[in-house]
Parts: sequence; C-alpha cells; structure tokens
Amino acid sequence: MSEHAPSVPADDSVGIVSPQKFHFDTPLPLACGRQLNHWDLMVETYGELNADASNAVLICHALSGNHHAAGYHAPDDRKPGWWDSYIGPGKPVDTNRFFVVALNNLGGCHGSTGPTSIDPDTGRVWGPDFPVMTVEDWVDSQAVLADRLGIQRWAAVVGGSLGGMQVLEWSTRYPERLLHAVVIASTPKLSAQNIAFNEVARQAIMSDPEFHNGHYLEQETIPRHGLRLARMVGHITYLSEHSMGQKFGRDLRADKLNYSFGVEFQVESYLRHQGDTFSERFDANTYLLMTKALDYFDPAGAYGGDLVKALEVAQCRFSVFSFTTDWRFAPARSEELVNALVAAGKRVSYACIDSPHGHDAFLIPNERYQAVFTATMDLIWQQQAGAASCAQI
Amino acid sequence: MRADLDIINNWVAQGSRVLDLACGDGELLAHLEQRGVAGYGLEIDPNNITACIRRGVDVLEQNLDEGLDNFDEQSYDTVIMTQALQVLRRPDLTLDEMLRVGREAIITFPNFAYWRCRAHLALKGRMPVSKTLPHHWYDTPNIHLSTFADFERLCDAKQIRIRDRAVGNSQYEAHWVSHLWPNLFGEVAIYRVCR
Repeated sequence: MSEHAPSVPADDSVGIVSPQKFHFDTPLPLACGRQLNHWDLMVETYGELNADASNAVLICHALSGNHHAAGYHAPDDRKPGWWDSYIGPGKPVDTNRFFVVALNNLGGCHGSTGPTSIDPDTGRVWGPDFPVMTVEDWVDSQAVLADRLGIQRWAAVVGGSLGGMQVLEWSTRYPERLLHAVVIASTPKLSAQNIAFNEVARQAIMSDPEFHNGHYLEQETIPRHGLRLARMVGHITYLSEHSMGQKFGRDLRADKLNYSFGVEFQVESYLRHQGDTFSERFDANTYLLMTKALDYFDPAGAYGGDLVKALEVAQCRFSVFSFTTDWRFAPARSEELVNALVAAGKRVSYACIDSPHGHDAFLIPNERYQAVFTATMDLIWQQQAGAASCAQI
Repeated sequence: MRADLDIINNWVAQGSRVLDLACGDGELLAHLEQRGVAGYGLEIDPNNITACIRRGVDVLEQNLDEGLDNFDEQSYDTVIMTQALQVLRRPDLTLDEMLRVGREAIITFPNFAYWRCRAHLALKGRMPVSKTLPHHWYDTPNIHLSTFADFERLCDAKQIRIRDRAVGNSQYEAHWVSHLWPNLFGEVAIYRVCR
C-alpha cells in the first residue's frame, strides 16, 4: 500500500479542489456582546448549484475540522478532506446531485477570521482578544454566507459532533431556511464529564510557559507542549476502549520493558504522534475557543431547560445518527434529542449504528452508516425536488 | 398490500396519530400516510430502518423490550404492533405500555392452537413448523407463542376490552369455519383493544 494518494483521484472523489476566501463587511453581532465588522470565511464547494438554488447542502465541521471536507488540494496530498468518505460522486452526500458547501468557522485557524488573523482596528494579531464564539454566532455567519451564495434555503444542513450542534441551531434559529437537519454523533448539550475533559485540555494549554496569556505569536512561539497534551486527552475521548485495544493492545515499541518513564507502549507513541502533528497545524487560541463553544451550547437553556419548547419552532425534518461505542456523545445523548423532537411532534428518524470506533465513527467508512446516510440523502433529494416544484406552483 | 395491513388501514381513522411498533420496512405507515395519518415506526433491524427512511417513513431505532418510556401517556390515537407480540420478552408489559401511550391498540399474532399446529404436535410429536411459524424450536425468535384463547384471557385479566377481531388464514382470508371456531381454524388474528 502506498502512503501517498494516487496522482489521479478515484472516480468517487471530488478530485482536486481549491478553497475560496469570502470577505464580509456586514457587522456580525456576537453572543458575547461584541461584534465583528470585517470578517473572512474560507469556503470549499463541490458540485453545481442548480438554477433555483434548491440543491445546496451545508456541511458543518467539528472541533478541529475546517473547510477542506473532501477531495485533494494537490495531486501529492497525503490525505483527502476530513469527510471524504462521505462526500463525493456517488457517495452519501452525492456531489453529482448536491451543491455542497463546507467552511472554516469563525475563530478557526485555517483561513477564516480567527485568533491568528490581524485585527484591523489595531493592526496586530487578534490572539486571545478574539471574541469567544458560540454555535449561534457560527450559524449567523453561515446564514450570511448562504445569502452571498444565493441560497435561500438549504436542502439539508449536515454535521457531526460540534457540527451536529450547528445543525440543531440552524433548525431553530432559521427554521424556514432548511428542509432537513442531519445531526450525527452529537448532543443537545455537553455533560459535566464533557466539560471536565475540555477544561483539562484548556488547562494544559494555558499552563504551558510558552502560552504567554495567549500572546504567544507576538513572542514568536507556540504553546506546543500544552496543545499536544490537550490533543492527547481529546483523542482518548474520540476512541473507544475497544478500538484502542484492537489498534495497540499492550504492544511495546521494543521487545522488553525498560523500567523507565520513556515511551514504551505503542499507544503512548501514537498519542504523542497525534499530539505532535496537531500542535504544528492547530492554533492554541482556536482550540480554547472551540472547546468553549462546545461548553456553552445549550439551546434548552433559554427555555428553562425545556428542550421540547426550544425545538417547537423547527420546521424541517430531522435525521439523527449515533454510534454504539461513542462514549463522548453516547447514543443516550442523541436519544435525548430524538425524544424531545418526538415530544415536540417533529418529523424525525433515528439510527444507532453499530461501530467499534467510538466518537470517531462518524468519520470512518461503515457499511450500515453508509446505507442509512445514503437513504437519508436520497430522501432529502426527493424533498428538495418536491419543495422546488411546490414553489413553482 | 398485505391483507392484514389492509384491515388495519380500515381501523385507523383518517388524520390520526399512530405508533407502529416493529414497523418492518414501513409499508403500513407509508400506506397510512396517504390518508393523512402521521406517526413513527419503531424498529431494531438495520435493513428495515434503512428501508423505512427510503420510503420517507419516520422510523426510530428502539427496542420494545425496553418499554415506551419516551412516549407520553395517551399521546397517540392508535399503537399498532404486527407479528411481534410473540418475540417480546414480556408481551404482557408491552401490551400495558401500548395502552398507556395509545387510546387504542391493534395487535396481530399467530395462533398456536390452529388445527395444523395441534396436529403437528399431536401426530408428529414435534414443535410445529409452518408458513406463519417457519422456524425450528431452537432458532425461533418466537419465545412467547400463544393462542387466541390465551390472549383473550390476558385481556380479560387486565380488563382490556376487545373492540374488534379479525381471524383468518395466513393471508388473513376469513372462512366460515374460522368464524365458528376461531381458536381451532384461525391461523392469525388482528385484535383491536382498548381500556
């Protein structure tokens, strides 16, 4: 097996893609009370928008994701976009049919305005002074992007994990602007345990001497060590005990124990490697901000904790998928959402997919997941065709 | 359309809200939807769940043996369950749940006192295998087989009222003998019950 992608992408790949930067001078009021006056979004699109702009699908990314959801940026890219298994010609999110939009959220570190961007008011890097973003803010910015692209209503908004939260927010914040919400491996709010893990990750970053209260870029350094630890902790919560056991067991790197504190087990080496690569490509302030957005998300909060009431305004159909070994956002959390949707009388389907891969399962090829996701997208295709012909009458 | 589904279709009022427990591939719900009936199917088989979604039927992956806690009391007009009573761990408790959530329940199941079953057991001395009961004793999902008489007795004990009953052969075709002696000549039945 080659480590490198084939120079000619497979038939079911969107192929070579290039991101576009959209600039906005529309002031964006934020939940924290501040506003962004000038902002950029890094966007990739796949497929063609049809004449009545009814075939658009928005893909919302999770904590460390970005706009590069499918295809390759260059023929020698080692890896495709983060959701390439599910987006492409003939794949569940079929780019022969749908116009797929993926973006890097505000506060990100892959081209959209975020802590590593220059604050136009000061001429300096935003760093820790970048406003704390919420899922609501992201959805508002995505709605402005939809306006720019000429998309009045999405055929579907789709996302996993933190992306699923954005999907849920879309359904209540702009109920008339989507036909279908696909919420995967997500939750209507974080549990105390989820918040606790996020806090450990934040503490790891903030206690790194290279953090400099978030002003590390001005010091021409990065809190590499803290970011690495944060990723290691996060990564453990994305996998299941079973998948870690399968992948590494108790395998040693050498053939005997050293009786020292160096890296001995394969799992240690793997986590360090994950942490190392992550700390090179991800911004620490963005990581802090993304985990905060996760912690804050609670659509029921404004309704005295009543999720059913919070969902009443939704008009779209819902599809909710969870994975059996996901202990970060366990099936029970998806079921909490499904039950609230049922109680609110919303149209919803729910599948709990058998997978050994824990939370990461939503990114990984899986026969049943592919079947049920494809059936859902087929249904969405019919829905948008029906809605489009209604609109003509 | 399957004959049993046709009968059920006639028993469900236009525009009502239903739950279909063990809804299979969603055929009944898809049919009911054309008459303005809305609701959810509950199913645990992955292929059936995908088939439901393909038809546009709202389906929830849920194990009936774990109850219907997630549905409010009397929140549905009719709770339907076709050909699943005999596979449940506690059919009696599920029946209670159905009538807690629904104002009415429609249930179908095979009759173990059907004359062929009786003959099979009496003459061959072996557990019956037939079109409606196609499994061997060791691999059957049917862990709580019963007869019409058993079911009616259970209803009686629980003070559940039987509003309607349709008895027939495996194709749900009624015959004068199955009218006269349903527990002997009826192979399958559809009951419509309420409290």
